[in-house]
Amino acid sequence: MTPMQPVPITAYTLATALGVGRGMHAQALREGRSGLAAKPFETVTLPTWIGEVPGVDAQAMPAGMDDFDCRNNRLALLALQADGFEQQVLAARERWGAQRVGVFLGTSTSGILQTELAYRRRDDANGALPADFHYAQTHNTYSVAAFVRQHLGLQGPAFVVSTACSSSAKVFGNAARMIALGLIDAAVVGGVDSLCLTTLYGFHSLELLSPDICRPWDAERHGLSLGEAGAYALLERDSASPQAWLLGCGESSDGHHMSSPHPEGLGAAQAMQDAVAQAGLTAQDIDYVNLHGTATPNNDQAEDMAVSRVFGAVPCSSTKGATGHTLGAAGAVEAALSMLSMAQQWLPGGLNVRTIDPALQANYQCEGRAAALRHVASNSFGFGGSNACLVLRGAV
Amino acid sequence: MSQAMSPSLNVFIDGVGLLGPGLPDWAQAAPLLAQGGWAFSDLQIPAPQRLPAAERRRAGAVVKLSIAVADQACADAGCDPAGLATVFSSSSGDGTNCHALCEVLASDDRLVSPTRFTNSVHNAPAGYWHIATHSRAPSTSLCAHDASFAAGLLEAAVQAVSLGRPVLLVAADVPYPEPLHSARPLPAAFGVALVLVPQATARSRAALSLSLGAAAAPDRCADAGLERLRSQVPAARSLPLMQALSCGPVGEVVLEHLPHCALQVTLAPL
Repeated sequence: MTPMQPVPITAYTLATALGVGRGMHAQALREGRSGLAAKPFETVTLPTWIGEVPGVDAQAMPAGMDDFDCRNNRLALLALQADGFEQQVLAARERWGAQRVGVFLGTSTSGILQTELAYRRRDDANGALPADFHYAQTHNTYSVAAFVRQHLGLQGPAFVVSTACSSSAKVFGNAARMIALGLIDAAVVGGVDSLCLTTLYGFHSLELLSPDICRPWDAERHGLSLGEAGAYALLERDSASPQAWLLGCGESSDGHHMSSPHPEGLGAAQAMQDAVAQAGLTAQDIDYVNLHGTATPNNDQAEDMAVSRVFGAVPCSSTKGATGHTLGAAGAVEAALSMLSMAQQWLPGGLNVRTIDPALQANYQCEGRAAALRHVASNSFGFGGSNACLVLRGAV
Repeated sequence: MSQAMSPSLNVFIDGVGLLGPGLPDWAQAAPLLAQGGWAFSDLQIPAPQRLPAAERRRAGAVVKLSIAVADQACADAGCDPAGLATVFSSSSGDGTNCHALCEVLASDDRLVSPTRFTNSVHNAPAGYWHIATHSRAPSTSLCAHDASFAAGLLEAAVQAVSLGRPVLLVAADVPYPEPLHSARPLPAAFGVALVLVPQATARSRAALSLSLGAAAAPDRCADAGLERLRSQVPAARSLPLMQALSCGPVGEVVLEHLPHCALQVTLAPL
């Protein structure tokens, strides 16, 4: 594994159930607050907790972009406008030129809610979808990157990575490689996934949706709570004042099962080892691991074996008890929370644990605390056996 | 190209797979693309023998098509699939599965099938392929709407060069059923696969040089029928490249990419 040239991260932001922007997230991490609530979404009354982002419904589309209107793109725009992120992208566009700035975003379900709603309004006579359904701008998996690229006036290469719940971790690797090869000078990376019926009923059908608030690492965990989120980072070729550094992006496959992780987390461990090796570090250099930690019985068990094998007793926690599982946005959300943790020198506690599962070995942290955090690893794993691990370094 | 081009990315093609209407595999397709004589005929997607029985039953058409062209390309390259990093690219994913989910979610009971939900992920072809090949190699799954083939080719070449290892690119699209078909009409299924390597091998059949530049009109197919395929199926946007590969291989091809951003590919024989 060849070391990666560290890539400056010059701006980042996020919007989750905890709120919009870094300030609300820093505060929530310190307070140990969860954004999850037992409430319905749309017409869905399943017994579950959800992490809904405040203000998505009220978000208007930019002038001339009405065809893009759907929950996913509203959330994409709401997050883009937090922390002055949009202005920092425009400054990067000025600096490098629009053609030299790429857009690589992760999503799992794109604007599928728009299609789900359109299916309720099919023509009685011929079954057609309503005329106001815009496939390319809302349904297509690429739609969120098309929206962000057009809105920001960027002209570089762009695509969506859709590898389920690892999607928006992997985009950091796409951008770093293209910058290293000189194809681009900067990239907007991130992830956006919004609540919809497909994932709520889908995870329910797999019996992976917890009726209780999700409890990662708890002995009586019963599955995940779904959240929605948008999160972004701006990667640039060089910077005088970066917020953080991307040091490694390890990627692997399980090659085991479509919806269950490898029982010993072999693929996951390989992604972590590759990320650390790309960073030119050893596992002992990592100060905190932000776990995938979905709170499904199988995920936490397999991840525990992998993390224990690779990182030993390095402190770790899952932030999904606070945000819910934001699926295709989870990688970028947790990269942002990792960078925020380093900026604040605050190790986030894993919420909602009553009794740590005695079968799990990792050094799980239930309480947040001040800590010297220089290097953080963030795990993201998805259906189809897709694994990614990011290694990030703080600015100081 | 009017403006400054990006640095070029140089890779080699070691294996090719193709499956489309009237194009049953690369060996039979190459002379039709080089010399003419192509005619539309219905596409038969073979059952993926490589998949374990349980997964074979669950796999949708886009998975079967992806595995069929990936198998062709790996056999052509004479390489062990387990060692290949993979890039899967599709505009539409599994449209039949998507329709079935949306239909049940619009019904009163909303009883979603767990298999349908599992298969709804865009990376289903990648997941099934890595299960079938027992591969823990890195894999990604992309979408760029009509630019999905060019985006996949670019990323596969980037990975081959920066990771210094062979990469399997698979681009595949299958039509939606109604009512999504009317919103996104894809007239046929089409799949293409390439094994790209960073250094020429004894198997290499063409050198590719990729560069990004300002907007340029994509090359078209001279044959009207092939041009209809090219312009209507995202994976078939590869056809001008496949034609150049079958002729020589030599030529310069502009592939359909994104607004303000063209992908130019120069082919040369070894």
